[in-house]
Amino acid sequence: MDTQKPIYNNDIVRMFTIATMFWGIAGFTVGLLIAMQLAWPQLNFEPFLSFGRLRPLHTSAVIFAFGGNALLGTSYFVVQRTCQARLWSDGLSTFTFWGYQIFILIAGLGYLAGVTQGKEYAEPEWYADLWLTVVWVAYFINFLMTITKRKEPHIYVANWFYLSFIVTVAILHLVNNVSLPVGLDVKSYSAYAGVQSAMIQWWYGHNAVGFFLTAGFLGMMYYFVPKQAGRPVYSYRLSILHFWSLIFIYIWAGPHHLHYTALPDWAQTLGMTFSVMLWMPSWGGMINGMMTLSGAWHKLREDPVLQFMVVALAFYGMSTFEGPLMSIKAVNALSHYTDWTIGHVHSGALGWVGFITFGAVYYLVPVLWNKKELYSQKLVSVHLWVASIGIVLYMVSMWFAGILQGLDWRTYDEMGFLQYSFVETVANLHIYYIVRALGGVLYLGGALVMVYNLVKTVREGAPAQAALPQGEAAHA
Amino acid sequence: MLEKHKKLEKNSVLLLIFSVIAVSIGGIVEIVPLFRMDVTIEKVEGMRPYTPLELMGQNIYIRENCNSCHSQQIRPLRDEVERYGHYSLAAESMYDHPFLWGSKRTGPDLARVGGKFSDEWHAAHLKNPRDVVPESIMPSYAFLANRGVNLTKIENHLGALRTVGVPYTDAMLEQAYNDAMAQGRADGNADGLRERYGDKVNVRDFDGQPNNLTEMDALIAYLQVLGTMADLRTYNPDIQEMKK
Repeated sequence: MDTQKPIYNNDIVRMFTIATMFWGIAGFTVGLLIAMQLAWPQLNFEPFLSFGRLRPLHTSAVIFAFGGNALLGTSYFVVQRTCQARLWSDGLSTFTFWGYQIFILIAGLGYLAGVTQGKEYAEPEWYADLWLTVVWVAYFINFLMTITKRKEPHIYVANWFYLSFIVTVAILHLVNNVSLPVGLDVKSYSAYAGVQSAMIQWWYGHNAVGFFLTAGFLGMMYYFVPKQAGRPVYSYRLSILHFWSLIFIYIWAGPHHLHYTALPDWAQTLGMTFSVMLWMPSWGGMINGMMTLSGAWHKLREDPVLQFMVVALAFYGMSTFEGPLMSIKAVNALSHYTDWTIGHVHSGALGWVGFITFGAVYYLVPVLWNKKELYSQKLVSVHLWVASIGIVLYMVSMWFAGILQGLDWRTYDEMGFLQYSFVETVANLHIYYIVRALGGVLYLGGALVMVYNLVKTVREGAPAQAALPQGEAAHA
Repeated sequence: MLEKHKKLEKNSVLLLIFSVIAVSIGGIVEIVPLFRMDVTIEKVEGMRPYTPLELMGQNIYIRENCNSCHSQQIRPLRDEVERYGHYSLAAESMYDHPFLWGSKRTGPDLARVGGKFSDEWHAAHLKNPRDVVPESIMPSYAFLANRGVNLTKIENHLGALRTVGVPYTDAMLEQAYNDAMAQGRADGNADGLRERYGDKVNVRDFDGQPNNLTEMDALIAYLQVLGTMADLRTYNPDIQEMKK
């Protein structure tokens, strides 16, 4: 057998790929459960399985466990190929994998026990935050050092996005989570209070979207779309413009979560202005991704994996248009506090983050396990359609629910009194909550089809030809 | 321009530094000025730190993630002011570490829920919301009535909050346990509690179980004080403008 070390560390990417699918299924399942709890409150089981405790379990599982493993795994894959270099340290790579899984477990079990900081998407308490910091620094060092030992003179655009994602998430995490533990108790108190706490939290929260769920996944897009299409990125200039304008503008957008609150008006207006401006770089990125198919549009007809990526970009375009729209104060007055926001988040999360990840994983599994092709292209198509219908049911039901309730709240009767009590506006949502849960069933079902397809590929797929790049001897 | 950019593309450290600069500007501009408290937080009379029992109630509120379905932030929109009361002021959450404004109203806003319902109503509602509001989709929290509120190290909680800026006095820390018992058992002497936190403090058995100080007591004590501290008659937005 070949005793020489292969150029690339594929083992680590395999582990992250498995973790991605595992946590994805877990996160979607919890999402479905809490969606059903809103339709049928009898499904709450106090104290551990009530909506309040499960909701952060769902959001963390899909964002940080499913999304996070996808980001770490693909970044390790992409940085090696685009730098023509093995990951800087195998030890650090393995540490980041297990360290990250341990973080997920500590955080998730904590939620069930009611351990939370009470800040959305930053629920883990101080000890989990400290542990994540250690893991993240290891990840940062490993990624950056791999870039510095690259054999290519240029740093490929995907790595700009991955790098900015890693470093910005570190900044956000450190600043937002400053807190004082009560002795060695699990409980801590945030260093910030009231209005400052709100501003810092949404500076963090919106940029968890901007950098974790956008910049990171754009890095994924900039590698896997050109690979799958067999075409270079559409425009190099647009990549540069896209990158710098996106990371500069995104960071300002947080205050749009705080319109009409006690946050000073100037901050709200800044947030709205930059949120509207953000539309442009977002669509610049979408166009750059979609137009990469120039000259290869015929592949879109026959390649369902490429279809996943293109539909992901379409959802990215849609939700990054909807976001700026909802950040306009007059629109936000209606949409805020309603399910419209939930629908918006999910068109981005299910459509963009989910689909670009599925596309990348479908690309990765045959490569990583050295198989000629996926077990079934047809099942990829089934997944695509089932999941897409699921997203449409989700989005449309939440548009209806959100706009309906927003209007109900401000409806007056002929005497000039409020027409509806609060609970009447809730009762009206029952049917939409059922449709939304049905959308969740379809999305989860599609993901299970994917897992089946991937397992079959690994177990039964014919091996690819022997001469793969990772089989080559390492260059001196 | 493109030529200059090539320098960044070939130097990972430069790329990193420029990225950090690009992502830092917005945050600094939006966050740092907010720490000039005098213009960010308006002046209004009546705000005080939570009593130990109310604080434990807030911690239960956070533990059960009530803020994922209930906001505590009334916007200055006609229907909200009519439904919930005066719009929320920054001062009203100045002692909340962290803020609990929320982002979703699956249930109604709670910023001014204090005093609007009886203790009996809250206890029944928490035990099974559908007993009092048939269409409610809220989970039940009956277990809160069966759990004693944890007051061990209560003074450490107040101490931690004092370190991050809440004006608890030495006496408040020393008497934290006694104050919690005095507020929720209503069978002792609450003079010290009133002296430290004011005459308006709600002193009574909240959950209908006079002999036990439960998590239900703490949570209801917290809910009943929400929005009742600030004396909104002393708040005048025009005067605020003139002071600037």
